[in-house]
Amino acid sequence: MDDPATKESKPVGPNYWKVFLTFASNSLVRDMTFRVNFFLQCVSSIGWTLMNVGFYLIIFQYTGSIGEDTGWDRDKFFVFLATTWFVNSLVQAFFMPNAQEFSELIRTGGLDFALLKPIDTQFLISFRRIDWSALSNFVAGIVIAAIALYSLATREVNPMIPSLISVLLYFVFVVCGVLIMYSLMISLSATSIWLGRNQTLYNFWFYITNFSRYPMEIYDRGWGKPLYGFFTFVIPVLLVVNVPARLLARPIDPRTDWEWMLVGWALVATLVSLATSRWIFKKALLSYRSASS
Amino acid sequence: MTVPHHAAGLSWRFSTWWVILRTALEERLVYRGDFALGTLMRFLPILTQIFLWFAIFDAINAQQGNTRESSTAQIGGFGFRDMVAYYLLTMVARAFSSMPGLASGIAQQIRDGEIKRYLIQPIDLIGFLLLTRIAHKLAYYAIAVGPFALVFFLCRDYFVTGWPSASVMIAFVASLLMSFLIGFFLEAAIGMIGFWFLEVSSLLFIYMLFSFFLSGHMFPLTLLPEGIGSIVQFLPFKYLAYFPAAVFLGKIPSEQLPMEMAIQFSWLVFFLIVCRLAYARGVRRYSGFGG
Repeated sequence: MDDPATKESKPVGPNYWKVFLTFASNSLVRDMTFRVNFFLQCVSSIGWTLMNVGFYLIIFQYTGSIGEDTGWDRDKFFVFLATTWFVNSLVQAFFMPNAQEFSELIRTGGLDFALLKPIDTQFLISFRRIDWSALSNFVAGIVIAAIALYSLATREVNPMIPSLISVLLYFVFVVCGVLIMYSLMISLSATSIWLGRNQTLYNFWFYITNFSRYPMEIYDRGWGKPLYGFFTFVIPVLLVVNVPARLLARPIDPRTDWEWMLVGWALVATLVSLATSRWIFKKALLSYRSASS
Repeated sequence: MTVPHHAAGLSWRFSTWWVILRTALEERLVYRGDFALGTLMRFLPILTQIFLWFAIFDAINAQQGNTRESSTAQIGGFGFRDMVAYYLLTMVARAFSSMPGLASGIAQQIRDGEIKRYLIQPIDLIGFLLLTRIAHKLAYYAIAVGPFALVFFLCRDYFVTGWPSASVMIAFVASLLMSFLIGFFLEAAIGMIGFWFLEVSSLLFIYMLFSFFLSGHMFPLTLLPEGIGSIVQFLPFKYLAYFPAAVFLGKIPSEQLPMEMAIQFSWLVFFLIVCRLAYARGVRRYSGFGG
């Protein structure tokens, strides 16, 4: 928390980048202490990836695309899947262990120590621990994307090579997606200050982000429309993967106004989410009562 | 108690079981509100599955030139509605066969030495765990039956053939009960690995991953390509989710049903023996220190 007193007495703030690097190297040391465990965690992440790839390969045995006229054929959908993997692995590596620890800190009263440190509490809470093994899924994502893009570029029907601008936009919006997810996660874990403990946090997280893992077109029918609207405009998880994946998997030129609107909205939504989560976090800290004595 | 335990025989044994069962039930019912909500939330992924499969079948229909209403498209013997019903039924099957915390609990008890308790008290570890698990499950169903009934009522249209015949229903219930026991003995046996390796959590995670895929929780096993599919059909995992659901939906031909049930029963016996053996062997190499 920004304490005005410490600000005045300490004109030079902490070097956030250096602190972050220290956190990263500490986590790496910790992970490498239990090497077999680290290895097994990587193996199980890769196993999960293989299962999903297998599942969609099976589905594409039976159908040409996910949804009629949505354009999500096999290669394009695997670009989508790789995007899901990028976003999720980044969130799981950088934020998931911290969010879980945050709930634990609140329950045990350990948050007191975090509040006393002369650094922004949200920063401290968000980056303390990095789960390096989760990045194995990032590598898996790169492999999936590479194969899918290669197959997309060399196939006979409608080959496509993404333009430079779409690649650039892709990176920007993957980062936006990660930030949206981060905001959601930090807001959720901040609520454990009010609720005391939040064991179902991970479940809830899984259920919400579950919606983001599929092309948004599939919700755009019948009674799915309210969901489509809700998860696009209120809790914008549908934008997280859909916007970057669409930018990369389809030609940049013929785009409808609706698509450009979504891209613009993704940018706005990222900023709004970040601001909202910051606000919720601060608000939650104000009602924190230490658990000790 | 005036009568010595070993002398009282069966009636003492039953009264012990009853106490264990009742305690575990009471323990569970404390958090019933949390429970009911949690159960309802668990159906949320089904929602996305409905949309996903609708989109997939939509594309298949378009390919085959069917209209949406007259659609007869099937993959792996499952039409769109069957598919949704299948996912709902695997939720029921998993409610029976999943054993959260069982294997890791056993491993933990071995690690921190709590298992000594069962070596000196006249209570059998596996029997005790089974009873507590039954009690937990009973308490779970007592609460979960509400959310389950609600969801199934809302989704009744996905069950195209309606209620199955009485004999199929009996087979379904029997397969659920056996899937509970298979799940229990399988996971307990995995927990016993803790006698040999102190840390089993990563191993467990890998097991859970495979069982998620191979049990048919992810998709009906009939969708698998020929070669892999027939291997997977031989494995015991399918009885944890796929098999009960397939029985209910009538996907198992009636002439094959008795044989399949017998195979399931054999797996149950197999895991019971493995679990017992592992425990007996493990206890022999176990050394407890401290008080």
